[in-house]
Amino acid sequence: MAWSREEMAARAAKELKDGFYVNLGIGIPTLVSNFIPEGISVALQSENGMMGMGPFPYEGEEDPDLINAGKQTVTELPISSYFSSSDSFAMIRGGHIDLSILGAMQVAQNGDLANWMIPGKMVKGMGGAMDLVAGVKKVVVVMEHEAKGESKLLKSCNLPLTGAGVVDMVITDLGVFEIDRSGKTPMKLIELATGVTEAEIREKTDADYISAL
Amino acid sequence: MAGPTSRKVFPDAKAALAGILKDDMTIMAGGFGLCGVAETLVDAIKETGVKGLTVISNNAGVDGIHLGKLLETRQIRKMISSYVGENKIFAQQYLAGELELEFNPQGTLAERIRAGGAGIPAFYTATGYGTVIAEGKDVREFPNSPRFAGRKYIMETGLWADIALVHAWKGDTEGNLIYRKTARNFNPMMATAATVTIAEVEHLFPAGELEPDQIHTPGIYVKRIVHTPNAPKRIENRTTRPHPTPTH
Repeated sequence: MAWSREEMAARAAKELKDGFYVNLGIGIPTLVSNFIPEGISVALQSENGMMGMGPFPYEGEEDPDLINAGKQTVTELPISSYFSSSDSFAMIRGGHIDLSILGAMQVAQNGDLANWMIPGKMVKGMGGAMDLVAGVKKVVVVMEHEAKGESKLLKSCNLPLTGAGVVDMVITDLGVFEIDRSGKTPMKLIELATGVTEAEIREKTDADYISAL
Repeated sequence: MAGPTSRKVFPDAKAALAGILKDDMTIMAGGFGLCGVAETLVDAIKETGVKGLTVISNNAGVDGIHLGKLLETRQIRKMISSYVGENKIFAQQYLAGELELEFNPQGTLAERIRAGGAGIPAFYTATGYGTVIAEGKDVREFPNSPRFAGRKYIMETGLWADIALVHAWKGDTEGNLIYRKTARNFNPMMATAATVTIAEVEHLFPAGELEPDQIHTPGIYVKRIVHTPNAPKRIENRTTRPHPTPTH
C-alpha cells in the first residue's frame, strides 16, 4: 500500500494556507487544485502571465488568449490579473509567491533538485523551473519515491541540477520528508503514507534521514 | 473606406518587413506557445528566404506552425529559448548538430530582454546558481544588503535584436499597443529590445481612439505596424469541463 497520485496531491494541498499565492507545476502538482481544503482560499499563479487562474472553461467557451503554463485553456476569476512575462518572473524571483509545488526526477538530502534534463536525451528545456525554485518562499516536491526500482531521494543528485539547496519538503507515494535548506539539521521523515512502514522507506531510500514520526 | 494610415502603418506583412531583413540577423519573436505570436510576420519571413537567423523566443512553435515553419526551411541557425518540447523537427535538427540551442531559464530570458530594452547591460540573479546555467558566469555575493545577503548570484547579460516581431490585440497609428489576457507574455519586453520592432495587431485604430491610460506598449518602441484582422488564433491544448447539469 502507498499513496495514489490523488492522495499525494491531497497531502500536498495540506501545505496551502489561507491567502497564499501559489504556483503549481505540471503533472501531480496540477491535481493539488482539486484538493484545496474547505475554508481556505488561495490564488494560483500561471507563469505565462496570470494571477488568479480559474478552472478549465466550459466546452465552447475556450479562449485562445487565455492559457496556462501547460498551454491548456483556462478561465479567469473575480480576483484575476494579467501581466507580462517579466512581471510574472519578478513576482517569482522577488519572493512574492508563497509556495511552489512541482515534480522532480531526483531530490538530494541537502535540498538539491534535478527535474529538467537527462544527459544524452533530447532536452526540452527548464522553462520556469529554475526561477521558481530560486525565488519562491517554500518549495514542495511531489514525486514517486522510486523510478525503475531506484530511489529518487538521494545522498546527492547525479542528474544536472535545477537548483542547489532549494527544496523544503518532499511528498512521495511512501511518505513525507522535511529538508532544512541551511543544512543545519538532517532530512527528516515526518509522515508515513497509508499502510507504509518505516522499514519499507528505509529500504527504498538512498538518502540519509532521521525519523521524526 | 481606407483604414487608418500613418508613416508607421504598412499595408501587409511583406511590406512591413521590406528592406530590413539580412542573413544571420537576430530576431525576437513574442508569444508563449502559440498564444500571442506574430504568425503573419513569421510566415512572411519564411517567404523571403532569409537564413542563418538567431531567434530569441520562449518556445520554438510546433511542427508546421509559426517558428516550426522556419525550422522546416532551415532558416534558423540558433534558438535562444526556455522550452522547446513541442517540436519534433527541432529535436531532429538539434540532435543532428544542425541547430544551435541556448537554453535560458524563462525568468532569466524575460529579464535579459527587459534589461536589453532598458539599456542595462547586465544584472545578477539567484536563478541558475549551482547549475550548468551558471558555468562561465560571474558569481557575486552582496553581504552588505539586508535583502540579498547570504546567497550567491550569477551575472546575466541584456539581450538586443535587429528585429522584434510582436502581436497585440489593439494598436493605433502611432504604434501604441494593448495586449489581451495571457497573449501579452513576452511581447511587451521584446517590443523594447530591437532596432526595428514590428507589431501585427488584430484591431487597428486611428491615434486618439485608444485610452492613453490603458496602453501597455507606448508607440515610441514600435516602428512598423500591420493590421492582421484574419490571422488564425490557435489553441495547443484544448481543455474543458462539462457544463453543469441543469437542476429543475
